[in-house]
Amino acid sequence: MKYANLAITVSDLNRYIKDKIADDENLNNILIKGEISNFKNHYTGHMYFTLKDENSLIKCIMFKTYAQKLTFMPKDGMKVMILGGVSVFERDGVYQIYARTMEEDGLGDLYTKYQELKARLEEQGLFDEIHKQKIPMAPKVVGVLTSQTGSVIKDIINVSTRRNPNVHIRLLPVPVQGEGAAQKIAEGIDFMNENNLADVLIIARGGGSLEDLWPFNEEIVAHSIYKSKIPVISAVGHETDFTIADFVADLRAPTPSAAAELAVPDVYEVQRKIYSYQDRLKMALVKKVELMKLRYEKCMASSAFREPLRKINDNYLKVDLYIKQLENKIKTIQEKEKSRYMEIIAKLDTLSPLKTLYRGYSITEKDGEIVKSKNDVKKDDLVDIRFADGKKQAVIL
Amino acid sequence: MSKNFEEQMEVLEKIVSELEKGDLNLDDSVSKFEEGIKISKSCNKMLEEAEKKITMLVNKDGEISEENFEA
Repeated sequence: MKYANLAITVSDLNRYIKDKIADDENLNNILIKGEISNFKNHYTGHMYFTLKDENSLIKCIMFKTYAQKLTFMPKDGMKVMILGGVSVFERDGVYQIYARTMEEDGLGDLYTKYQELKARLEEQGLFDEIHKQKIPMAPKVVGVLTSQTGSVIKDIINVSTRRNPNVHIRLLPVPVQGEGAAQKIAEGIDFMNENNLADVLIIARGGGSLEDLWPFNEEIVAHSIYKSKIPVISAVGHETDFTIADFVADLRAPTPSAAAELAVPDVYEVQRKIYSYQDRLKMALVKKVELMKLRYEKCMASSAFREPLRKINDNYLKVDLYIKQLENKIKTIQEKEKSRYMEIIAKLDTLSPLKTLYRGYSITEKDGEIVKSKNDVKKDDLVDIRFADGKKQAVIL
Repeated sequence: MSKNFEEQMEVLEKIVSELEKGDLNLDDSVSKFEEGIKISKSCNKMLEEAEKKITMLVNKDGEISEENFEA
């Protein structure tokens, strides 16, 4: 072969192509969109897939370090946008895209629609705090709108019955994704309201892509929730997903189980609370009674009761004392009077006519009047003659 | 077990705090106590009274009926 020494090896060629591509700035940083197909999530954590459009495809690889940062799980048929670089895998002589970040494409329009609707409804005040109704503390009937298959309704039932074995859960099965689901969900909410079939409503579905959750972003569902007189708890998608239903609902729960916990009170806990109230009532009353008893005992202990007699005796003593004092006083008065009286008597004695009578004189009275002159009487007059030792009557001759 | 359960619990809570304040006279304290115990018993009864039911609404050609639901 004439030019044999000129021929290059396969490796040389691939390396040359690789260097060629590496030099081209555009190929080092490209933003490309397409549809994923034969996606393989390798056990090493690297992701292998091809990106295609209607008439062409290109191999892609996303190393683990980038793959684990994805917020969603790529799957065949998904439209994505990729930021990465083109390079050659020399061993296979294949050029491929080394993806660094990936985003769901085609969501663009859905996502903007979501943002627009969210803004509009927010502006109409559907999300306002004042419209949020209080979740009843102990609902009789818990209405649930979700699909009758799948783990969501199971979780809700398990959590609810654990918290309150006597709970009544009324499921209204509704499609939770796909065409017409929003319509059914909205009708379901209205139906539960019209027939007053629950004290609280849980609207729930498991995780999924924005497309999967889309019914819960529809306006009719938002309005049904808003109009609902029955308080609504929404538990749609993963904890990190926020659908419009979540914003309008009276309460948003991160997961269906959390929704059940918010809707159904833990009966044992409520009963414990009731028992504690009963205890506190008893203790308060006991304390009150004890307080009263103390006050009663304090009174009883007071001297007034302990020795009722003592007080009375004291009084007796006082009375006696007073009596003695009175008696003394009387005595002194009497003696004083007596001596005064004796004095007077003595004085009277000296002045008293009786003394003269004792000396033999007498007093003649007529009709109680002392006869002082002979003219005071006339013949046959009746007179009394008073001697020292008595009286006699006499007639004037 | 619904709205009035909540109201009864609120009344119960009010009575407990009133009684604990302790400035009621003895008669009022006793009557408040009795009222509190009565309400707490009725709350308890309401909790136990509810009866477990897991049902599903089914639309049979326009007719909505309710059946038991096995998860």
